[in-house]
Amino acid sequence: MAQAAETRKRGKTSAKTGDSNADRAQLLTAYRTMLLIRRFEEKAGQLYGMGLIGGFCHLYIGQEAVVTGMQMAIGDGDEVITSYRDHGHMLACGMDPRGVMAELTGRAGGYSHGKGGSMHMFSKEKNFFGGHGIVGAQVSLGNGLAFSNWYRGNDRVCLTYFGEGASNQGQVYESFNIAALMKLPTVFIIENNKYGMGTSVERASASHDLSKNGVPWGITGAQVDGMDVLAVKAAAEVAVAQCRAGKGPYLLEAKTYRYRGHSMSDPARYRTREEVQMMRTQHDCIENARHRLEALGVEEKEFKAIDDEIKATIQDAADFAQASPEPDPAELWTDVLVEG
Amino acid sequence: MATQILMPALSPTMTEGKLSRWLKHVGDDVRAGDVIAEIETDKATMEVEAVDEGKLAQILVDEGTEGVAVNTPIAVLSMNGESVEMPPATAARKSAPASPKAEAPAPAATAIAAPVAMGPEKDWGPTAPITVREALRDAMAAEMRADKDVFLIGEEVAQYQGAYKISQGLLDEFGPKRVIDTPITEHGFTGMAVGAALNGLRPIVEFMTFNFAMQAMDQIINSAAKTLYMSGGQMGCPIVFRGPNGAAARVAAQHSQCYASWYAHVPGLKVVSPWSSADAKGLLRSAIRDPNPVIVLENEMLYGQTFDCPTDPDFIVPIGRAKVERAGSHVTIVAFGIMVGVALKAAETLAGEGIEAEVINLRSLRPFDSETVAASVRKTNRLVTVEEGWPFAGIGAEVTMQVIENAFDWLDAPPVRVHGLDVPLPYANNLEKLALPQPEWIIDAVKKLI
Repeated sequence: MAQAAETRKRGKTSAKTGDSNADRAQLLTAYRTMLLIRRFEEKAGQLYGMGLIGGFCHLYIGQEAVVTGMQMAIGDGDEVITSYRDHGHMLACGMDPRGVMAELTGRAGGYSHGKGGSMHMFSKEKNFFGGHGIVGAQVSLGNGLAFSNWYRGNDRVCLTYFGEGASNQGQVYESFNIAALMKLPTVFIIENNKYGMGTSVERASASHDLSKNGVPWGITGAQVDGMDVLAVKAAAEVAVAQCRAGKGPYLLEAKTYRYRGHSMSDPARYRTREEVQMMRTQHDCIENARHRLEALGVEEKEFKAIDDEIKATIQDAADFAQASPEPDPAELWTDVLVEG
Repeated sequence: MATQILMPALSPTMTEGKLSRWLKHVGDDVRAGDVIAEIETDKATMEVEAVDEGKLAQILVDEGTEGVAVNTPIAVLSMNGESVEMPPATAARKSAPASPKAEAPAPAATAIAAPVAMGPEKDWGPTAPITVREALRDAMAAEMRADKDVFLIGEEVAQYQGAYKISQGLLDEFGPKRVIDTPITEHGFTGMAVGAALNGLRPIVEFMTFNFAMQAMDQIINSAAKTLYMSGGQMGCPIVFRGPNGAAARVAAQHSQCYASWYAHVPGLKVVSPWSSADAKGLLRSAIRDPNPVIVLENEMLYGQTFDCPTDPDFIVPIGRAKVERAGSHVTIVAFGIMVGVALKAAETLAGEGIEAEVINLRSLRPFDSETVAASVRKTNRLVTVEEGWPFAGIGAEVTMQVIENAFDWLDAPPVRVHGLDVPLPYANNLEKLALPQPEWIIDAVKKLI
């Protein structure tokens, strides 16, 4: 572990201004990740429609820039934890789309062997700590991940994601207090997609600038355009650097938007079609990145190659998720307790 | 190339729905994300979005059709502009796999049964008298010396030396990084400790009393107990939750409750409840070493009591083993925690009247040592359970059922439960006494059986 710690990459700094090759490479990577998430989620929606995925399924479509930008600012060994809208986070952490999709279909090949489902997936290897179904619970848990970094005296940072809906939970404020008190290396990221299920943020929160919610505890906060992956990355670098320097937690509010319903069974009557269309056509994070890449000289055939590659990856994941067998009945009784 | 659009499932419970409206018509171009139809489900009217791009070539189910089963082809989309002549049935997709109902039943649960064939309890040699308070402190100190990943966290555990002085001296020995005072914020610090355990540390969380752990119940049950299972075994939670449980003395209803049956109900947790100093020291050491979340239900009234405890530095009590505190042949009295002492007092009185009671100290509630209890009942043929908590769905009910399952044919009389009265615990001195099990209650229960 110690050797891994020494060799792991750390807080990759942003490309120098004017270095268009670096900009291009970085943005292409971001574009690829965002597109991977979107195509994955579209496929998940499709498989849900076919009855291959059950229960709750919360899609991340529209919000891809947030996790993609954040992830570009951290290094190996840093921890990530989030809520139940977690597929995008897992893919951005480098988890295998096959294992994620197979968990969605409840198969043996899934990350949790079919025992967790959409909302409860983990990868110790990738330092992804879930995947939590109880709104706001991951915020206290994220403090614990940051605490373990503090306890061990390493310089790792925990990214703790939650929605603007969760930001009204009491334990979020308990966690702000503890993190500030102990100077824990936690980046709190509020993914403000404007609706906590069907309740708009204006109807749920008396605070109108959620990035200031940590002010009573002296937590530095900032807002960022969550539909712009490079803006997110830049903001994340500032936040992560502060945490890594031992200066305590940081609160980022990413203003974003989910195109789909809260979950698959949400008719989304609480917002207008025009609002959704406006976000899709004018603020889409993937289109935004594509336009920039075009300006940087990326040609259609390169986009096509990426599209094709991702389409193949997703199809492979979907095939795997359907071919993988259901878990053995004996799996019912495993992993209740660690034996010995 | 063409693809069929299938009737989608739009909620976890939907099996069929009404195709209420088509928003796209044959010949229309469709882009991914376009709403193509509206469907009425059992919950609401939902929009169906296109997943693929193409031209709507055929509509197979007319709008207004009710009872359209999930996965029925409802339209055909032509892709790459070619024309399509596709009979509706040709490409019918395989429907979702059947649920595993028909498969062979899974093996029976073993999770709550204690390991069998444990042999006689080890003789740890010489003993010395110490209080339960000292035993708990010594257990933590020993484990903290042995493993630097073990730390103590809670309210007033460090500078104040413990609200009940359990952690006396630990701050001095281990410093503020390993003995950590928290604000009064049970939900927040419990969640934090669980997160630290998921990342490989071994926290001991002290609740000033278990009454306050209700504020943190979600983290204990949903995060600590279930994550191992939900992660397919990847992420365990080696954590101890400890503190006083049950009635103290005249602190009334909100501060006087036994949580034994609450926690013992939950797969993924282990639950122990020490009575003596040896129980306290040995069980807490096992709890700290255990790779699972363990609830240690202590009792404030016992903290100051002195018992002989083995002095062997390796002394430990395995989780999952009950202890026969007093041998007897006429009746089995099963108790845990503070009620073990009450049961022993009752047994003493009964012995004066010629009735020999066997008193079993459960020590572990989950896993439950069914074998020791059943073996005793096979000998005495009678069972009395004793607990401070409420009767309904309580530990006594579970012990009785375990005996019914394992030693029914040996019972000569219906088991009797002795328990705290089914009321919130009152404050008044006389009322409080009337609500909590006394030795006389046990004596009366035994005499009813014999």
